[in-house]
Amino acid sequence: MLWTIVSFIKAAIIQSIPLLFGSTGEIITEKSGNLNLGIPGIMYVGGISGIIGGYIYEHSVLTANPVLCVLISFISSLLGSALMSLIYAFLTQSLKANQNVTGLALTTFGVGVGNFFGGSLLKLFNESGSISLLTTGSAYKAVLPFAHKTGIFGELFLSYGFLAYLAIVISILASIILNKTRVGLNLRAVGESPATADAAGINVIKYKYLSILIGGMTAGLGGLFFVMDYTAGAWTNNGFGDRGWLAIAIVIFALWKPKNAILSSFIFGGLYIVCVYIPGLSSAAKEIIKMLPYLVTIIVLIFISTKNKRENQPPASLGLSYFREER
Amino acid sequence: MAVPAIELKNITKKFGCIIANNNINLTVNKGEILALLGENGSGKTTLMNIISGIYFPDGGQIFINGKETVIRSPKDSFDCKIGMIHQHFKLVDVFNAAENIILGLDDGKYNLKEATNLIKKICIQYGFDIDPEKKIYDMSVSEKQTVEIIKVLYRGADILILDEPTAVLTPQETQKLFAVLRNMRNDGKSIIIITHKLHEVLSISDKVAVLRKGEYIGTIETKDANESILTEMMVGKKITLNIDRTEPKDTADRLCVKSVSLINRNGVKVLDNIDFTAKSGEILGIAGIAGSGQKELLESIAGLQNVDSGDILYLNPKTGNNESLKGKTPVQIHQLGVRLSFVPEDRLGMGLVGNMDIVDNMMLRSYKKGKSVFLERKDPRKLAHKVIDSLEVATPGASTPVRRLSGGNVQKILVGREIEASPTVLMAAYPVRGLDINSSYMIYNLLNEQKEKGVAVIFVGEDLDVLLDLCDRILVLCGGKVTGILDARKTTKEEIGILMTGKKLKTDDNANGGE
Repeated sequence: MLWTIVSFIKAAIIQSIPLLFGSTGEIITEKSGNLNLGIPGIMYVGGISGIIGGYIYEHSVLTANPVLCVLISFISSLLGSALMSLIYAFLTQSLKANQNVTGLALTTFGVGVGNFFGGSLLKLFNESGSISLLTTGSAYKAVLPFAHKTGIFGELFLSYGFLAYLAIVISILASIILNKTRVGLNLRAVGESPATADAAGINVIKYKYLSILIGGMTAGLGGLFFVMDYTAGAWTNNGFGDRGWLAIAIVIFALWKPKNAILSSFIFGGLYIVCVYIPGLSSAAKEIIKMLPYLVTIIVLIFISTKNKRENQPPASLGLSYFREER
Repeated sequence: MAVPAIELKNITKKFGCIIANNNINLTVNKGEILALLGENGSGKTTLMNIISGIYFPDGGQIFINGKETVIRSPKDSFDCKIGMIHQHFKLVDVFNAAENIILGLDDGKYNLKEATNLIKKICIQYGFDIDPEKKIYDMSVSEKQTVEIIKVLYRGADILILDEPTAVLTPQETQKLFAVLRNMRNDGKSIIIITHKLHEVLSISDKVAVLRKGEYIGTIETKDANESILTEMMVGKKITLNIDRTEPKDTADRLCVKSVSLINRNGVKVLDNIDFTAKSGEILGIAGIAGSGQKELLESIAGLQNVDSGDILYLNPKTGNNESLKGKTPVQIHQLGVRLSFVPEDRLGMGLVGNMDIVDNMMLRSYKKGKSVFLERKDPRKLAHKVIDSLEVATPGASTPVRRLSGGNVQKILVGREIEASPTVLMAAYPVRGLDINSSYMIYNLLNEQKEKGVAVIFVGEDLDVLLDLCDRILVLCGGKVTGILDARKTTKEEIGILMTGKKLKTDDNANGGE
């Protein structure tokens, strides 16, 4: 029984990591007043870009160096999600396109890009079978040598690849930067009232671009974690599923606070797989339990909109474009 | 010897084909208060936005302390020690005062405690009273303005620009603000104050510069000026500014509001036991600080809000019966002849649809009339032309989207449409906000005409001088309560100001009429 609980918690944590990357990235983006619904697509591209980088490296050398495997796939993943974020930033900030439409289009596009390369990467290199990056995958999953020798503590806290810890570090860092630094204050001001920020001498467009870019790159790491750690370097089309949307739901659940996102992601991760750990469920019951995260999000939404505490509301200018010379 | 702090030479700014500023010249010396006077749409705010770096001029030069300077962004403007206090406060609601004040500063460190101490020092120096840790959304309008002023002083501004700072203040708060401004002037700072209230110009400024329709008319010393000279400069012709108030006759009770209370969705009691009667043939003014329940009161009468307790009785002149408006839909209330010409802060918000043209906006009130399934545009078009002609609306045509008109013209269309419907109760909230002098007086006279026709007019205003000149009785609201109903012919601005802040009038004050 104890070990069932331990393995459930462990599985929940592993499930929560992509969600945590995604929601932290989305919070960073939304705090600047940009609702980036392209996050699911960006996470998808973050995953496939890591796969592409790792694949090309593994196939161009005889024996792959694990450190280089990680480095190359990590950087190519960041580049992929950065490129996607730049598309969003350029369309919504420079061309003032509608944020929702742009985001949804970007998600559709990102999923398409992922599935396209997932299906054709092997053919480009005249291979058959399925994508599986053994060296890279195991490098991402590497844990401290004594992790499995320390009993429950080691299982619960030390048995994850480095990306899991990076996710938590990024969330805490984001929380500190947002709340304790001048950059954070300026960023929040941009998201609340860009006209105020502009009049205060803050470069609104720069802040928006950077937070979209950094937020997107953070979210992209969630995709990378999924393909490299969770599935150990194997790609299956649509394997990432609806985790991107779940990440956006967590943003609301966490009340736009990166610190809260850590626990929220864990809860959502747990709800996502809890059906596997309840014995004797029919497949219909499983599907219903899988709905729980979304139900909880709706309840939270109702709660925060009736409660109306100003600090828990979304950034005031979320989803709006900023025109300086509008009269 | 006067030293110029800022000089503008031949500043020109265009928005598309509209020239907002044309060859403007302006000089402000150190230790001087300049009033920038002009009607709405004369380019005052545009000019100040150029100095503060929000807009970039299409032509002309700016000299700061005698040196030619290019101001490309608000940051450049701060670097020249220019600070602007905008008409619509630029503050982040969920931040506290200190956070707002240090926002955007780039001094390397982030130390709220140190900032708080410095803010307190500034407060003592100039006589402000503010809690740096209070959140903006908990503040009154005058507190928010104080934060704005401290914000620019904190940045070490030597040139302060205030855009219509008194529009939202009570007379007492205005006096307090002017005292602070005089302190600053004596401290050697240059102040530009934008306003269209003539008596304020005369009481606070050293010099007056006048703009008209984007053109620079001239600058005169305040000591050489009086109201009629300034008006003539502003409008370009001699006009008489008189509201022709007639004695109300044949008054009868038309609308009885009885113990009305309303709790909003945040659980705040926005209307608290409101009692009053509006009479036909009379203008009832409603005074109060913005957000004291004016909007909710009018909306309750118009059926847009469901009151929680109390009753609103309408004495129907056709049938002579008492009818309760409570529980009636807005359409039913509308058909009884109760008209709401509500001009909210956001002008287009409730009365008009910005993307639709003038004709279609007229139809919003009559779309149910046609018999055919297709829209009947003939009558609305006639009405649109009538309103355009009679109220001198400046528009390229009746098929121009309302959004493209200037604020004043938008208001004329809204008020014009409601008056044309020959109401029995006419409610107008801030109907002259953003209008030039001429149009304002046109609206006042329209309201007077309605009053003479026997309409019960309810007028929510912010300019107390106008309320005193136009209304017969003035109801003062404070925090959702009626703090007094005064006879407009006998009371004073100071009395209204006291009631607006929720204080009680001393009985002997009342007896000798205030001062």
